[in-house]
Amino acid sequence: MIYTVPLPRIGTDIAWRDAAKRLIGAGVSPQDVLWDFGAEMGELFATATPLPPVTRRIKAPQSFVALANSVVWHKDPQRFARLYTLLWRLRHQPGLMQDRADRDLAKLRQMEKAVHRCQHKMKAFVRFRDLRQGGDRRSFAAWFEPPHHTVEPTAPFFARRFADMDWMIATPDVTAQFVDSYLSFHPGQPKPDLPDDAAEALWGTYFCNIFNPARLKVNAMTSEMPKKYWKNLPEAAHIKDLIAGAEAKVREMRDNAPTLPPARAARITKRLRKDA
Amino acid sequence: MSRLDLSQKLAILSDAARYDASCASSGTARRDSRDGKGLGSTEGSGICHSYAPDGRCISLLKILMTNFCIYDCAYCVNRVSSNVARARFSVDEVVQLTIEFYRRNYIEGLFLSSGIIRSPDATMADMVHIAKRLREVEHFRGYIHLKTIPDAAPELIEQAGLYADRLSINVELPTDQSVRDYAPEKNPATIRKAMGEVKERKAASAERSYTGKRGKRFVPAGQSTQMIVGADGATDATILGQSTRLYGDYKLKRVYYSAFSPIPDATAKLPLIKPPLVREHRLYQADWLLRFYGFGVDEITAGRSDGNLDLEIDPKLAWALQNRALFPLDVNKANKDMLLRVPGFGTRTVGRILSTRRHRSLRYADLLRMGASLKKARAFVTARDWTPGTLTDSADLRAKFAPPPEQLSFL
Repeated sequence: MIYTVPLPRIGTDIAWRDAAKRLIGAGVSPQDVLWDFGAEMGELFATATPLPPVTRRIKAPQSFVALANSVVWHKDPQRFARLYTLLWRLRHQPGLMQDRADRDLAKLRQMEKAVHRCQHKMKAFVRFRDLRQGGDRRSFAAWFEPPHHTVEPTAPFFARRFADMDWMIATPDVTAQFVDSYLSFHPGQPKPDLPDDAAEALWGTYFCNIFNPARLKVNAMTSEMPKKYWKNLPEAAHIKDLIAGAEAKVREMRDNAPTLPPARAARITKRLRKDA
Repeated sequence: MSRLDLSQKLAILSDAARYDASCASSGTARRDSRDGKGLGSTEGSGICHSYAPDGRCISLLKILMTNFCIYDCAYCVNRVSSNVARARFSVDEVVQLTIEFYRRNYIEGLFLSSGIIRSPDATMADMVHIAKRLREVEHFRGYIHLKTIPDAAPELIEQAGLYADRLSINVELPTDQSVRDYAPEKNPATIRKAMGEVKERKAASAERSYTGKRGKRFVPAGQSTQMIVGADGATDATILGQSTRLYGDYKLKRVYYSAFSPIPDATAKLPLIKPPLVREHRLYQADWLLRFYGFGVDEITAGRSDGNLDLEIDPKLAWALQNRALFPLDVNKANKDMLLRVPGFGTRTVGRILSTRRHRSLRYADLLRMGASLKKARAFVTARDWTPGTLTDSADLRAKFAPPPEQLSFL
């Protein structure tokens, strides 16, 4: 018998874990399971077979649970099947999680790393705009396009950090909202029209001036801040001009003849050295 | 002089701050604002919110309170004898910039430094005032790094340490003689004394009183310093020797190396050079070997007679090439200390080798999957299905790693 398991976009982690427990408990082998994320398979598979009941407690290593909790958010459509296959193998190979060289596990570890990196970049690159709505709590909103499904696992970070304000992170995938200290998730949406925020100009000024033109290393920048993120980063609009003007700026510093110290300098230095 | 607006001040005072290399926001006490009464969190690892085209991370709002300065340090853009534009933030402006940037998720916190105005105590007191406002009025729980002004009164340093996650004092140059030559108003002994006091105070805060209570947290992310590389004649051996003393004597969390970089309105006393970026990179690699890989300064700098690191290849590879008699190493048997010395193996790879070989013996492909860089490591290890043969002792091994000599081009 083939089981088709529907997995929702919101709460994917819990739904997968629940289904995996039931299937493993009933001894269903990996080739008999089809995982359907966000109803992408359409009508053809719409009639889901009821999952087997929970018959006993299923044990899996803690390290597998942590791995699964990350990998379920990866964009690879094979992620659920890969996780289930590993869980299947773990029944007879309990030491498998310590084998850093196993192919299946290595692939999943790589996916886990991609999700962690995506979460890390989301923490770094979300840019809020002030909605200026008045009231007791200030409110902010951001538009973000993460490469993996990382809004849900990353939102609690923003809740811990920005607890005294209301905020929304909208993405094409899932939208997170934090209103009056309550975090909730909603379906994704198209890019909202957010009001201009004067702070972005100041942030741009800072970005341009903290840059040292004598140390131009464009690859070091893009490896950590890939271009796919630039369109939602207000400061990225300055990058092109900064790179183009760097050489001239350094040349100017080098070619300018030393100037005479300002008049106050000699007076200050004399007083300081006398006191010393 | 016309009054500067906030944007103009920000331009001047971030321009003046960019020569400080540190941007760390990690390793401090865990905090959050889940209680809804404050703003901000710190969760162990730092976050780099942006990257400038110089490849450096932007984690903190790194600014000077003012770039007016009564000192005349030759390497510094803010020295009294320079004609750069001057500005000064008010306490309010720094606090508002920090909070508004933080709310938009631009930064992890504030790195505040300053030129010396009026007196060291007056300058330090103003900086402490800003940190206090952020913590006590704005209930800011993000990261604060304060530059300590040498010669400031111990009571001020004490207060600074209670509000800040990290304090730093720059030793500026690798030797006392260079400090005397290029920073005549600074006193190396005073700088060391201030670092010693921060160390003592931090140690005291970790002790429990007779009631078992701990003191207030004092600089939970520790203290750091910075040395300018390439402005004076110090060799890498001298620089790394100084670092080792600093890590040992003052329990510093980090020593930063800053390649001497062109500044506007430079002094004739210190001509501008192209910043020695590769040298800076090699020093950081060597610094890592000293702290996490069990190497000594002598071992790292023994390879060359001039006391400098090899610029073409990394210091670990350079050491291994000099000590080929110790290789190849059997990855299935070698101890941890030796595995850490294999070029191309990082601390994580070594950890994975040790945990996996308890279950089975390792092959070449296993090492690849564990994240080892076998391009480097292959000449120095054996595995179940791999032996480097004569590769380890081959005469042209170094040439395989060093960049090819550059072809001459027409001018």
